[in-house]
Order: sequence, then structure tokens, then C-alpha cells
Amino acid sequence: MILLTRKAEFSSAHFYWNDSWSQEENERVFGKCANRNGHGHNYTLEVTVAGEVDPVSGFVVDLKELKEILEREVVSVYDHRHLNLEVPEFKTVIPTTENIAIAIWNRLDGKIRNSKLHRVRVYEMPDLFADYYGDLSAD
Amino acid sequence: MPTDPSTIAKKTPIASLSRRYHFSASHRLHTEQYDEARNREVFGKCNNPHGHGHNYVVQVTFKGPVDATTGMVCNLGDLDAFARTNLLDRFDHTNLNTFDCFAQKVSTTENLAIEMHKIFQSFPFARLENVHVEETSNNSFDYAGEGSAPLETGR
Repeated sequence: MILLTRKAEFSSAHFYWNDSWSQEENERVFGKCANRNGHGHNYTLEVTVAGEVDPVSGFVVDLKELKEILEREVVSVYDHRHLNLEVPEFKTVIPTTENIAIAIWNRLDGKIRNSKLHRVRVYEMPDLFADYYGDLSAD
Repeated sequence: MPTDPSTIAKKTPIASLSRRYHFSASHRLHTEQYDEARNREVFGKCNNPHGHGHNYVVQVTFKGPVDATTGMVCNLGDLDAFARTNLLDRFDHTNLNTFDCFAQKVSTTENLAIEMHKIFQSFPFARLENVHVEETSNNSFDYAGEGSAPLETGR
């Protein structure tokens, strides 16, 4: 089995806010991320797929096809958008780096032919990133 | 087989959060258990009696359920405050050999990774999964605790 990783980038605005909390509570928990005017990041996405090398093409997956899937499913939806206001999954879920990784997993899972989605890694900044392997708690 | 969506909704996704901290310190690789010649032979230029230094990167990974109310594995503000007190304020711009933990152990990055693991294991709000320490951009070390296989979290 081979792991193959493709990167993509998107730049988006967001803020952290839980509607069931007061402004004070949101600011206490989320600090400057709770500014309702939003702020933004250059995100880097790394998508890793696992699969076998096709004996004819020598590919695990067609990188051009993978690039197009990332563009269609993620970049065209997230890039230069406000995640809270313009991306449907973040109407009810706070767009933390963890939740962005989970949302991207859910967007890509089952859409990449001849391989299994292995890991979604999202860098909010070079020094902060979240990984999601599709794991769910047992309860 | 398709999973029943009502079951998915009840389950909590488990994710990992990694944060990188930077500090600069000097050290010297040397052990009293070797004589001078042997120290020079084993540790090479790292045995220079005056020491030398690095810009270290400590990358810590915490794994756990993503809290439904905050969307987080752990609050980054809490983690940064913990790292400030327990890592950066203690180790930045110091000589590693002056610390008690390196009095009997050589201040290699392997041993430093183990010390970093001890420190971040006591962060109370999430489970430490891995510590990755970069000594230079070409050397890095991973430690996940006694008996655990380190993660491949490097970059």
C-alpha cells in the first residue's frame, strides 16, 4: 500500500461563536477569535489517500483527478469566503481547525476512486494544524 | 454497507490538534562516563566545551473527541498558556545542560523529547499523543511515551 498526499490552499475568514452563550462567555472561551467582524487565514490542506499502485499507469490515483476533486469539493467552496456565513456546514458548527478537517473529510470521503481516504490535515498557520482520520467515538 | 445516519449523529469525531513552539537554547553533548578522548570521538563537534546552540521546535499533538460546544480538542489559549509557563519561560535562551533533568543525562534531542513529553503529559485538558522535536531543519525526533509507537507527525 502507498500513501499519497496532495496539498491545496485556500484563504478564508471566520470567527468562533457559540450562539447559546453570552458575549462574555464567548469572549472568555474564544478570546480574540470571538470578534464578530471575523478574521482570516491562509489555510493549507493536505489530503492523504491510501491505495495500491496500478500496474499499468503506475499511479495510486490520478493526481490531476485528485486536484480537480479538491478544487471542486473544497477550494471552490472555501476559498475567499467567510466560512461562518457562506459555507453551509459552518452555519451550525464552529469553524475551528478541527471542525474544518472533519468537514473536509466528509466532503471527500467516498469521492476519490481507487483509493481510501487516509488523513485530512488542515494547517490554519504553519504552527497549528489538525488531523482527522475519520475516527468516531464508540458511544 | 451504508451506516445509519442517526448513528453517525450521536458519535463524536475524534481529531488530533498539533501545535508548534519555538525556543532557542545552547547545549553540549558530554558524559562523565567517557574520558575526554572518547567524548570527542562519540559526540564530535557537539562536544565543544563551550557549547553551541539551536533553534528548537517542539511540536505537540493532542488527540481526543471534538467538543460539540467549542469545536475543539482543547482550548488553544489554555495550551499556549501552559506552554508559555512550562516550556518557553523555562527553556528559551538557556543552556540545557544547566537543568536538573540533564545533570545525569546527555542533552541529546532524544532526551529532550522525553523531557518535553513529561512536561506536556501534565497538560490537564487533553490527552498527549505525541511529541516531535526538531533540533535543526534536518534532524527531528518523535516520542509518544514508554511503550507507544511514535506518530509520523513530522513535516
